Amino acid sequence: MSTAFRSRPPRMAIALVTLAAIVMLTPMLWVMILSFKNNAALMADTSSAFSPPWTLANYRSILGEGQVFTWLMNSVVVSLAMTAGVLLLASLAGYGFARLEFPGRRLLFVVVLFGLAIPEQAVIIGRHQMFSAASLHNTYAALVLPGLAMPFGVFLMTQYFRAIPREIDEAALLDGASRLRIFWRILLPLTLPAQATLGIFTFFHAWNDYWWPLISATDRDMLTLTVGIAATQMNFAQTEGLGFLMAQAVFAGLPTLLVYLAFQKYIVRAVAGAAGQ
Amino acid sequence: MTTRSSALRGSGTWNRWSGALFVAPYVAIFVLMLVIPLCIGIRLSMTRSDLFGIKEFVGLENFSRLFGDPVFLQAVWNTFYFVLLTVPVLTVTGLALALVLNHQSRWAAVLRAMFFASTVLSVAVVTLIWRLVLIPEGGLVAVLARVVGKAPVAFLGEQALAMPSIAVTTIWWGIGLPMVLFLAALQQVPRDLYEAAALDNASRARMLMSITLPSIRRTVVLVVIVEIILQFQLFGQAQLMTGGGPNNSTRPMVLFIYETGWKQWQLGYAAAAAQVLFAMIAIAAMAQYYFSSRKNAP
Repeated sequence: MSTAFRSRPPRMAIALVTLAAIVMLTPMLWVMILSFKNNAALMADTSSAFSPPWTLANYRSILGEGQVFTWLMNSVVVSLAMTAGVLLLASLAGYGFARLEFPGRRLLFVVVLFGLAIPEQAVIIGRHQMFSAASLHNTYAALVLPGLAMPFGVFLMTQYFRAIPREIDEAALLDGASRLRIFWRILLPLTLPAQATLGIFTFFHAWNDYWWPLISATDRDMLTLTVGIAATQMNFAQTEGLGFLMAQAVFAGLPTLLVYLAFQKYIVRAVAGAAGQ
Repeated sequence: MTTRSSALRGSGTWNRWSGALFVAPYVAIFVLMLVIPLCIGIRLSMTRSDLFGIKEFVGLENFSRLFGDPVFLQAVWNTFYFVLLTVPVLTVTGLALALVLNHQSRWAAVLRAMFFASTVLSVAVVTLIWRLVLIPEGGLVAVLARVVGKAPVAFLGEQALAMPSIAVTTIWWGIGLPMVLFLAALQQVPRDLYEAAALDNASRARMLMSITLPSIRRTVVLVVIVEIILQFQLFGQAQLMTGGGPNNSTRPMVLFIYETGWKQWQLGYAAAAAQVLFAMIAIAAMAQYYFSSRKNAP
């Protein structure tokens, strides 16, 4: 990262920001230590979390109880399928809009751009009725298909294909390569950075999606991890297993945090790109 | 290969339309998952409908009913109140963090990562964490309050405190985005401006006021609009932390739509509320488009 200020910011500012960062992390650490405590001890007094004994019992019950694992697998399947689908559709469409000529191309692209301004709330009721009519609720198709329509991917890929010099395809055309071959063998590999950005953005979007899976997946075995954790939270007031609930929170939060740590650069770029469109 | 490429260039009509084949799969999904549901929603909003389908066409009756419905009007007010609580704090704090952390060093990188980390969590995890911070029976704040001899407070149960508590949770969750957008903008400020200012012995405060802030003012506007659109769609936090209570004080518009549609099954009425929300967001989105398309202008 190149930087405007060569000199360090004032000490006071650094101290304040460091303090704020510690405050930011405190809720996560609190939940983490609660998850290592015996449920009965927490019922008596949660401040017992600060002192031993700690236990792995809550995590053992997660592994023993199949449901959370089913939800985890659902989230993995749905997120990967949506990511693969968005990458494929957005790359094809991006290439088509950026490079090929066909009647109505400009108008179609403008219509897709307008899609960026349509919030989920405006389509979710009609979509729910369509899936009801097709008896598709509680299937993977219902959880994946709506996410494929996200116009952001097409927008991003079109921009990216446009930025690739036309001389590259023209040289290949002269060599007798087909449109499909130019797309697949020559241009697509050049878009890998955009694919990574879009792929990671879509994965997180799918993993954290809440409203649509909440109304579409009503069968407990079809819940995603996000909706499943939300559902267990609903009877929060009656819960006697505070430690177990917290272990679930850690278990649900950890996958995204680990992916974040591994792909930090791409994730930050993807999120900033999606917002700045 | 030669047969396929000659086939592709074969007839004129084929050539003219072959490009459309690349966009066809996406356009099909786009129409099926966005355009048709949008039209169904608009049609529903002008009917009386329940779980079993459309009962009758009522024109704009749902809309006039909405604007006389105290629960809906309260939800509109709650939504604006929430936006007012969160957007200024997110913008100012995001900018402050970006200014301090726009520095090439190990500590700045670590701190940036810490502020962005909560952004990747799902709403279910975020609300679970914050309920365990806020509950009066043994929550983190209550435990800390006991240490200094204060009585625990029911943050989510008191009307005056519930929405601010949801706002704090949301700011904690979302502070990474404005920070990152401002950091990206700060990178674009030409460095020679600072070098020239340094030659003139300009103070740090002077550089901030005369160079940095004027250079990123478009980003400030953009961040405000993006955050308004995002926070306008408040749903999961309110649904999971308070369920709209106490006394309807934390029910935002999206939660109103969800409850009207999927708890009371008044789909037509819910669809009308969704169109009102859509219109409000569309205005903000147009403003966003206007500013982002001008962003690169000199």
